Formats: sequence, structure tokens, C-alpha cells
Amino acid sequence: MRYQPVSVGLAQRLFSTKGWTGLAAALGVILVLVPLLNLLVPVSSPLHLSDYAVALAGKILCYAMVALAMDLIWGYTGILSLGHSLFFALGGYAFGMYLMRQIGHDGSYGSNLPDFMVFLDWKAYPWYWSFTDHFWYAAMLVIAVPALLALVFGYFAFRSRIKGVYFSIITQAMTYAFMLLFFRNETGFGGNNGFTDFKRIAGIPIATGEMRMALFILSGLALLGFLLLARAIVTSKFGRVLTAIRDAESRVMFCGYNPLRYKLAIWTFSAVICGIAGALYVPQVGIINPSEMSPANSIEIAIWVAVGGRGTLIGPLLGAGIVNGAKSWFTVAFPEYWLYFLGLLFVLVTLFLPQGVMGLLKKMRR
Amino acid sequence: METLASGDSGSHTLIPGELDASHGVVLYLEEVTVSFDGFRALNNLSLTIDVGELRCIIGPNGAGKTTMMDVITGKTRPDTGTVFFGQTLDLSQMTEAQIAQAGIGRKFQKPTVFENHSVYENLELAIKTNKGVWNSLFGRLSGEQTDRIGEILYTINLVDKAPLRAGLLSHGQKQWLEIGMLLAQEPKLLLLDEPVAGMTDHETERTAELLTALAGQHSIIVVEHDMDFVSSIARKVTVLHEGCVLAEGPMETVQHNEKVIEVYLGR
Ligand SMILES: Nc1ncnc2c1ncn2[C@@H]1O[C@H](COP(=O)(O)OP(=O)(O)O)[C@@H](O)[C@H]1O
Ligand SMILES: [Mg+2]
Repeated sequence: MRYQPVSVGLAQRLFSTKGWTGLAAALGVILVLVPLLNLLVPVSSPLHLSDYAVALAGKILCYAMVALAMDLIWGYTGILSLGHSLFFALGGYAFGMYLMRQIGHDGSYGSNLPDFMVFLDWKAYPWYWSFTDHFWYAAMLVIAVPALLALVFGYFAFRSRIKGVYFSIITQAMTYAFMLLFFRNETGFGGNNGFTDFKRIAGIPIATGEMRMALFILSGLALLGFLLLARAIVTSKFGRVLTAIRDAESRVMFCGYNPLRYKLAIWTFSAVICGIAGALYVPQVGIINPSEMSPANSIEIAIWVAVGGRGTLIGPLLGAGIVNGAKSWFTVAFPEYWLYFLGLLFVLVTLFLPQGVMGLLKKMRR
Repeated sequence: METLASGDSGSHTLIPGELDASHGVVLYLEEVTVSFDGFRALNNLSLTIDVGELRCIIGPNGAGKTTMMDVITGKTRPDTGTVFFGQTLDLSQMTEAQIAQAGIGRKFQKPTVFENHSVYENLELAIKTNKGVWNSLFGRLSGEQTDRIGEILYTINLVDKAPLRAGLLSHGQKQWLEIGMLLAQEPKLLLLDEPVAGMTDHETERTAELLTALAGQHSIIVVEHDMDFVSSIARKVTVLHEGCVLAEGPMETVQHNEKVIEVYLGR
């Protein structure tokens, strides 16, 4: 018996024409418009973009990367992680070690050890600081440390089939444990002050307009790169297996897939994105300390994603921008009300905008 | 792939990890017991299924039908007893995914399809292929596989629904899609838990035709409440009661068995 061939447009495109246009526009803003307005337009002009604005935008680009990472694991795979601030901080600390070594003898004690080690009366770097004076070694750590932690932690958690709120709680607990560890001076990461007073990257002074712009551009390119990668992942069959795990995990198993491998792959990739985001973030804000790992930070990441719209990739980027934009205004205007506002925003979005800003945009277009 | 001659029978070759149904039996359950907090959902249950057989399992609510399927598919581990797929595969030692890969497909009591995926994508996810991460990231469907999906869409009568989100299907269509997903895995043994629950009479009839057509190519176990449906497809019926077999045989014999009438048919 012959059956008619069934032709269905299965192949989801990487991006629509409109999507590509948007990406190209974003690239133009990052590579041309912002550098132009900040470096070439004179300060006196109303069109001038201040250094403060560039630094803020660079910071938000890093947050957007984290939101993207969270969307892959939460929005697409249905696993709410409250440990993403840890991966972010670990990436930041790993690169921070390199930045500390770049200070050289310019610390306040003139030693070749960081001030906090002199203060502890240490005579040499502990073993885990070895080679961190090499840029590429530190860059490797930025990826390897979050990846390794995610791999080991994820393997045991997913193998034990820890799911839902239990998974969220143990990721939160892990993050909290690391925060306490990093708060201790003896751990060798600067205790509650963390790392700060950076002077140089690769011998080039850090506090210049050009360096700030370079970091901003790098963050923008990294974000766009990860967006492309994430989109390629979610439009592949691998991505369809992830959403299938989110929607009906036991059905996925009875189809012959091992969800452990899939979860582990996306979880680790997600952690690596956070690590890289953290490494780009630290030189731009000039400090990394254990408060980066506080429980509130992880929850905030989830709120960016919920506000933007889970499972849309673009939404969480918008969410990170909107919430952090609001935050930087609020913390100047009404600093004591920010957390109330954030809580209220989360409640309102959950109740009235379950699909976030992206859902709202979709509704308005119809 | 490595093959090794089987020691005792010598007449056939054995491929590790693959079904060996050379004795004409595809599934053995021997003295299987499963307890939940002391309550025995399965109580010394023994059952064998032949290659190509279409077997119906009936029994009152709570008889242990679903639990039996859980044991076969690795969702529940037996407390005692053995479960073998063919001569060689000990199902109690395998994970759900390994059991599915070995060739046992299961339809749940509640239809579970991937509601946010299209009908086509549901079949794409189910189709027999390498199910590893790497292959999912970079592999593509072969021409043969797309043809196979087309065939299945035709078999389950959902050709024109292929691009639709599965969540939009009617209840009966979801049941068919789920059967289609099982077929896509090319299983040797199909387990169907109440496949016609919630179907219209017309849909039920079509399902009966579908299953009779599939028997022979696959071994099928159907758990069902709908007695008309069972009579319309079954050659051999097993009656479960309180976790063990009460009666077994052709529908007419079973229907007239006094014990069966007492616990189940005579109400
Ligand atoms: N996970 C479980 N925990 C406790 N009791 C269970 C569980 N699964 C099934 N049972 C009990 O085992 C018995 C058999 O259930 P089941 O196999 O679902 O019956 P059937 O499918 O024949 O209606 C029922 O009494 C049910 O309450
Ligand atoms: Mg049941």
C-alpha cells in the first residue's frame, strides 16, 4: 500500500527575517551607536552618552546573559534553579583572581600579594591561586569551575530524580553554603570585602573610557552569540526533547530517552553562560564579593525571566533590562522601597501576565 | 555488533541487549509481588505472553492492572518474582529508557502526548533512532524515517492534523496519537492501558480495527474495561483479581467462569 507523503514544515527557522533584522540592529547599536555617542560625541552635547550609562548598560548585558541561561533551564526544561547567582559569582571570582594578580605591587601594602592576604599575614599564594596570573588560565577557570560544579551537582540531583521545588531548594542551599564559605577570610577570596580596586587587564589600565567600551562591546557580542546558540539549541530536536521533559517527563523516558543526560547537558551549558557573564561583569562594576551569591539575587534572576516571559529567549533579555532599568532608577529615588516593588511586580506578573511581557506583546499584536 | 552463539540451544545467535523470543514467548512474569505499605497490589502474579499475541487483561478497579504495567516498564520494581522480556532480558534490572529501547512501548491510562509540540513533532520525538544527546543536537531525520512518520499519520488517521499542536486534539485523537508514538518506536511488545476510555463509539470501532491489524506484527497487551470492545478484539483474555490471575482463556469460556461472574461480570 502506498501512502501519500506528508509534508510538514517541521524545520523551525533559526530566526525569522524580522528576527535577523532585530539582531543586526542590536549589533549596530552595540558596535557603532554606543561607542559613537560615548567616545566621539562631545560631553557638552545632549546626545552624549555618559560613562555611567555605558557601565550600567554593560552590567545589564551581563544580567541578560544570566536571564538567557535561566530561560534555557527553567523556561524550556522546567527546572527552576536558585543557584544561578552562584555560577555567576564563581565566574566572577575566577576572573577576579586574575584581576587581583594584575594589581601587582600597586596595592596599599606594596606587596605582590593582595592586600587581604597581607592582612592575614600570608606569605605566599595558596595553591588554588596558582597560574591565575595567566589570562588564559583564568579564562579557562571561568568556564571550567561553574561547568564542573554544575556537572557534579547536577549528576547527583538528576540521578536521584530531585525535581520541582526540591531542586530549587537544594540549589538555593548550595548557593548559601558557598556564600558562607566565601565570607570566611581563611578561604582565601577576600572574605566579605571580596575582590576590588582592580587596576589593569592585560597590563592596560582598567579605568579608561576605551577599556569600559571594550568590555561593553565584548558583553554585547557574548550576549548575541549566546542568543544565537540558545536559539539553535531550542530549535533542534534536542530543544524539543527539553520541552518534552518539561511537559511530560515520564513519556520522554518511555520514548527511550534518558532525561538525565539531557538535563545535565543544558544545566551545565546554562551554568557556563552564567560564569562567563560573571567574568565580564566583575571588571565593569569593579568589585565581586559574596553578597553576589545571596538568595535574593537568585530569586531576582527568576523574576527577570518571569517578567519577560518564560520560554521565549528574547523575553528574559527584555525582563532583565526592564527590571534592572527600574532598579537603578528606584535605588536612587526610593531606595527603601525597591524590594517591595520587586515583590509586587512578581505577584502582578504571575497573576495577570503569566506569559510576561512577550505574552502581552503577542496579545497586543492580535 | 558483537554476536555470540547461545550455549544451550545452539541453533540461534544471541545479540546482547536485544530481544530473544526464540521460544515463542515474548514476556514472562513469574510470581511477581508488589506491596504498597503492606497492601499487595500484585500477589504472586504469573503470566506469559506469546509472540504476536493480542492479549486482553480485564479485572475490577484496583485489581493491579496498572501496577502490572508499571512493573513491566520499570516504573515500579517488584518486591519478589522475576520479569523477563524474551529469554534473556531481565526487566527488573533495566531503567525505563533501556526497557523502551529494548522494544516495550506503553500507552498510559491518561493519554500523555506532548501537548505543546505538533502532532508531527510528537512522532518525530518517538521515532526509533539513536536517542542520545549528540544525535538530538546534530542528527536529522532520514528519508526513511519521514516516510515512516507519514505512514503512521495515515494509520492513526491524523494526516491533516500533522502541523497542529497536540494539545488541540480531541481526547480520542490524543489516544491515537499516543498509539502512533508507540508504533513509531517499532516496539516488539505494546502495552495499552484502557485505550478506548473516553472514545466515541465510532472511534472505539476504529481503534479495534487498528489493534487487530497490528496484532501479529507486534505482541500487544490491552487493559480494558469496555467489555464489548474486549469481545470485539480478544482471542485470549486474562482476568486479574486482587493482584493475581483469576481465570484465563477465550472470552466465551471466561465469561461463563463462575468465579469471574462472581467478582466481576455479575454485578
Ligand atoms: N503508588 C501506589 N501507592 C499505594 N498504593 C497503590 C499505588 N499504586 C497502586 N496502588 C494500589 O494498588 C492497587 C492496584 O492498583 P492499580 O494497579 O492501579 O489497579 P487497576 O489499574 O487494576 O485499577 C489499588 O488498590 C491501588 O490503590
Ligand atoms: Mg488502572
